Amino acid sequence: MSYEKPLPTITPANRPFWDSVKAHKMQLPKCKKCNKFHAPPREFCPHCLSEEFEWKAVSGRGEVYSFAVMHQSYNKAFDKDVPYNYAVVQLDEGPRLVSNVLGPNDQIRVGEKVEVVYDDVTPEITLHRFKRV
Amino acid sequence: MINIAGKYCIVGVGNTKYGKLPGRSPESLCVEAIRNACLDAGLDKNTIDAVVTKEPTSAPSHLFSTRVAQQIGVIPKVTTTLDQAGASNIGGVAYAMMMMELGLCTVAAVAFGDNPITGSRATYSRPSGEWAPYGLFAAVSGYALTAQRYLQLYDKKNKDMAPWPLGDRKWAAMNPNACYQKPMTLADHQASRWVVEPLHLFDCTSIQDGAAAVLVTSVERARDLKSKPIYVHGYGQGHIAWDIQTRPEYLVTGAKYSGEQAFKQAGITAKDVDFCELYDCFSIVPILTLEDYGFCKKGEGCDFIADNKTHPGGALPCNTSGGLLSETGMPGMQLIVEGVRQARGECGQRQIPKHRIGVVSNQGGQLHTHSTLVLSTEAKL
Ligand SMILES: [Zn+2]
Repeated sequence: MSYEKPLPTITPANRPFWDSVKAHKMQLPKCKKCNKFHAPPREFCPHCLSEEFEWKAVSGRGEVYSFAVMHQSYNKAFDKDVPYNYAVVQLDEGPRLVSNVLGPNDQIRVGEKVEVVYDDVTPEITLHRFKRV
Repeated sequence: MINIAGKYCIVGVGNTKYGKLPGRSPESLCVEAIRNACLDAGLDKNTIDAVVTKEPTSAPSHLFSTRVAQQIGVIPKVTTTLDQAGASNIGGVAYAMMMMELGLCTVAAVAFGDNPITGSRATYSRPSGEWAPYGLFAAVSGYALTAQRYLQLYDKKNKDMAPWPLGDRKWAAMNPNACYQKPMTLADHQASRWVVEPLHLFDCTSIQDGAAAVLVTSVERARDLKSKPIYVHGYGQGHIAWDIQTRPEYLVTGAKYSGEQAFKQAGITAKDVDFCELYDCFSIVPILTLEDYGFCKKGEGCDFIADNKTHPGGALPCNTSGGLLSETGMPGMQLIVEGVRQARGECGQRQIPKHRIGVVSNQGGQLHTHSTLVLSTEAKL
């Protein structure tokens, strides 16, 4: 069956990110001028406005900054998933990612440690999700 | 800082019915609200020389304020539509005062109108930022993340926020124009379905058609009008601005800087405030706003409202027409209208006894923007 949920919009700025997720080795842009990571990937470093980046592997570890449980479906493709969670995960390297936490919704806690897992949803696209550790 | 406290005032307020208003355009709703504000002020509409709007949320459109000017039949000296989402209503009042301070206009109509029920609701279910692949849709998704972090960090439950929506409903029962007037108990609130946990249905605003408008002018110009002018003593804006993924802080909002600026201009602190009309699209928002405005400390907002002090008869009456949760989900102009009516003392059954100083808040996006207005019956505080 084909995958019916929305897929990320790939842009020149974020392509290396989604490529790295597809390779199951997440990378984020690290600024060559100020040495800071940022996410989501932009054309210019939001910390210093440089456009020189090095794509660096990140640990994939972090903590749940916040999360919520969607009980109302706003998109047909999610009808069967409700209630499902979504979360903002703060990586150990600093930037935050939006994702989902695997496992029971009622056991997720703000501040708990999580680790990235990769979900190959189509032949072209892999999504990062997180599991509790 | 240039202080214009007490130099400008709101002399007319008007609104339409709220709810389902089929066949009406956002422009025509604005016209009706402006006409009613003119009748309220005893002001000839041809004296309006500035038209300022917030664009209709459900139908973002180019040159909206100029179309409203056209439909009220005036050629304005000043016009614009602000891009601060819900904060644009108070922003519009401030913009009008600035233009008057520069001598560019004398009487401003500041209006908002929209028809999301009978028009398009699409904007309310659109993906939240770039994160549709993970199931983030609709503005509520960001507010729920904020609420969750707040409730878990301060060890509170959803029911600790409930005094706010329950208060709104009590006030709405005394407002014939409110969309939701049926009494609500704590049990009703807790039994309402989750929309996005930790927010129940009764923690969430509803979308409604309608419009509201205010007329702003100088104290001198207000003298020969029949209405009682309500003076603007403070204005502020503050914006976290960044999306929910990137913003450095969730629990301190733009209300902090906005409130500080507005209170400083007015020369007041939270202790001086008699009543508030706070933007409350979701229950968590006014709780954060009360904290950021200095009514209580960060993390103490739920405890602060636990004694029902925001309800009818309470020590700090808030959202006296029912707020966004019970009067109408219109994004904010109605709060300024109610602030003026309470300050004038013309609210009948729901009139509060002490109404010398009122504070109105607006905010928008997913806590991206914020603005604050301090109003008073007095020209000098
Ligand atoms: Zn940089």
